[in-house]
Amino acid sequence: MNSKLTRRRFIKGVIFSGAAATTGAGVYLANAQSGAGAAERLIALNINGRSRPVDVMPSETLAYTLRYKLDLTGTKIGCNRGECGACTVLIDGVPNYACSVLTHNVKDKAVVSIEGIKSADGTLHAVQQAFIDENSPQCGFCTPGQVMSAVALLNSNPRPTREEVRAGLSGNLCRCGAYEHYINGVLRASGQIA
Amino acid sequence: MPSHDVMPNMELYQPVQVEDALAIADRLAERGWLVGGGQDTYGWLKDRAKSADALIDLSAIESLRGIRETADGIEIGALTTLTEVASSDLVRGSFSLLADAAGKVASPQIRNIGTLGGNVSQDVRCWYYRRGLSCYRAGGNLCYADTPQGMNREHALFDQSRCVAAGASDTAPALVALDASMVIQNMSGERVVSAQDFFVGPANDIENTTILRPGDILTAVRIPSTWANADFYWEKVADRNVWDFSLVNVAAAFKVSGGEIQDSRIVVGAVQTTPRRLTDVENAIRGSSRSAETAESVKEMATAGARTLAHNGFKVPLMQNLVKRAISA
Repeated sequence: MNSKLTRRRFIKGVIFSGAAATTGAGVYLANAQSGAGAAERLIALNINGRSRPVDVMPSETLAYTLRYKLDLTGTKIGCNRGECGACTVLIDGVPNYACSVLTHNVKDKAVVSIEGIKSADGTLHAVQQAFIDENSPQCGFCTPGQVMSAVALLNSNPRPTREEVRAGLSGNLCRCGAYEHYINGVLRASGQIA
Repeated sequence: MPSHDVMPNMELYQPVQVEDALAIADRLAERGWLVGGGQDTYGWLKDRAKSADALIDLSAIESLRGIRETADGIEIGALTTLTEVASSDLVRGSFSLLADAAGKVASPQIRNIGTLGGNVSQDVRCWYYRRGLSCYRAGGNLCYADTPQGMNREHALFDQSRCVAAGASDTAPALVALDASMVIQNMSGERVVSAQDFFVGPANDIENTTILRPGDILTAVRIPSTWANADFYWEKVADRNVWDFSLVNVAAAFKVSGGEIQDSRIVVGAVQTTPRRLTDVENAIRGSSRSAETAESVKEMATAGARTLAHNGFKVPLMQNLVKRAISA
C-alpha cells in the first residue's frame, strides 16, 4: 500500500470505482468528476516489479504519477514536452518519455523507472557503475534518462558500436554536453572498455 | 509550477474495439480528440493552444496495429508505431522508402510510441499557430508568420493561401510516392482515398491538414505493390539530426530499365502544407538516365512557382539539391 494514499483518498477512490459505468462493451471511461459516466480512477500499476495502487486523473501523465503520487522522483521532468528525454522510463522494456504517456495507458504494462534498475541487494546496474567510473554525468539532471536509454539499448544490443550507442541515446539531451562521456560509459558497461 | 503536470482535466475513453471508438467519436464529434501515440496531442493540450472535452485513446485497439501482406501489397494498421514500421521486414523488404522515412521521425522514444496514423495526421509546423495565437488556421483573420518581422524560416514555399505553414510529416511524402491509400472509417462505413487526396492545403481547408472530420478514424494505410522494390531515395534535412522536423525532405521512387527511367514519383515534404508531388519533373525525366545531367536539367523546374517569404529563401536551392540528389543517386 502506498503510504501517500491517505484513508480519505482511498475511500474516495472506492466510491468512484463503485460508481463505475461503462458506455459500451469493452469501453473504459475515466472521468475526473463524479456523476454520470464517472469511473475507475483507482488503478494498480506495475512499477519496478511491484503492484502500486494509485488514484489517477484521466489525463494524468506517467511522469506526474511517478513523481508526485508514488514518490519515485528519480524520473526527472525537464521540458514536459517530449523534447529532452530526462523522463525516460521503460514500458514493457521499451524506452518512452514518461511526460508524454498517459498513466492510464500503462495499466496493463510493466513500467521500470530509474529506481528499479539496481539489483535487489543494492548493487548498481552495470550502466550505473560504468557511468560513475567514466564520470559520465556532470550536473546529473539528465542522467536517469540516459541510464534508462542505455539499459534498453544494451538489453537489445549487448555489444553496440559507438555509432549504435549514439543512436540509442539520441533521444536524451544533455545540456552539459557530456555526450562522449555517456557513450564511453555505455561502451564500458558493455565490456568494450575496461 | 513549471515542473508539475500541466495536462488539462479531460475525460478519457479507452475503447478496445474499433466499433466502440467510432461510436464515441461520432457522439462526441468536435468535443472529442482522437489520440494514437499522443506525441503531437499532449503539446497542444499542455500549452492550452487547443482543447477538447474528452480524449479518445485508440492505443488499446489491437486490430488497428500491425503490418499485413495483402493480395496487392501491404496494409499497415494506423496504430502501428513508427519503430515497428521502420524495423518491419515486410516494409524494409519491398518499401524501404517508408521504413527510411519512419526511422527519421523525431527521436527513438517518440518513434517507440508515435504511430503512422498520427504522423500523417499531425498538425502543421508554425510556432505562431502552435503558440495558440489567433491566426487564420486557428480561426482568426491574420498570419503572424508572413510578415516582414515574422519568423518564417521553416515555412512554406508553395500553395500558400493566407496560411504559410509547412507540413511536418516525414512519412507523408513517402506514402504519396508509394501511391498509398488511406482507409477511413466512420459510423456510415468505410472509404478509401489515395494518400495524395488525403492531405489538404489551406486553399481548400485552412483549419485541417487532412480530409479527416469529426467522427472519422484513419484505420489503416495500404501500399500497393505498384512501386515495390523500385529504386528509392529518401533524404531529410533538418537543423538537428534528432527530434527536429524536416526543413525539406524528398521521397522518390524510380523504375529504371535499360538505363532509362521508365516511371518515377518524386515527392517533396515541408515545402507546403501537403506533400508536393513534382509531376512535371517526373514527366521530364522519363526516358532519361538517372544521372547528374538529367538532374541538372530539371533543377529549375523542381522549384518553379516557389514564393519565398522573408527568411525561407534557402529552401529553394535546398529543395533543388535534394531533387537533384534523388534523381542522380
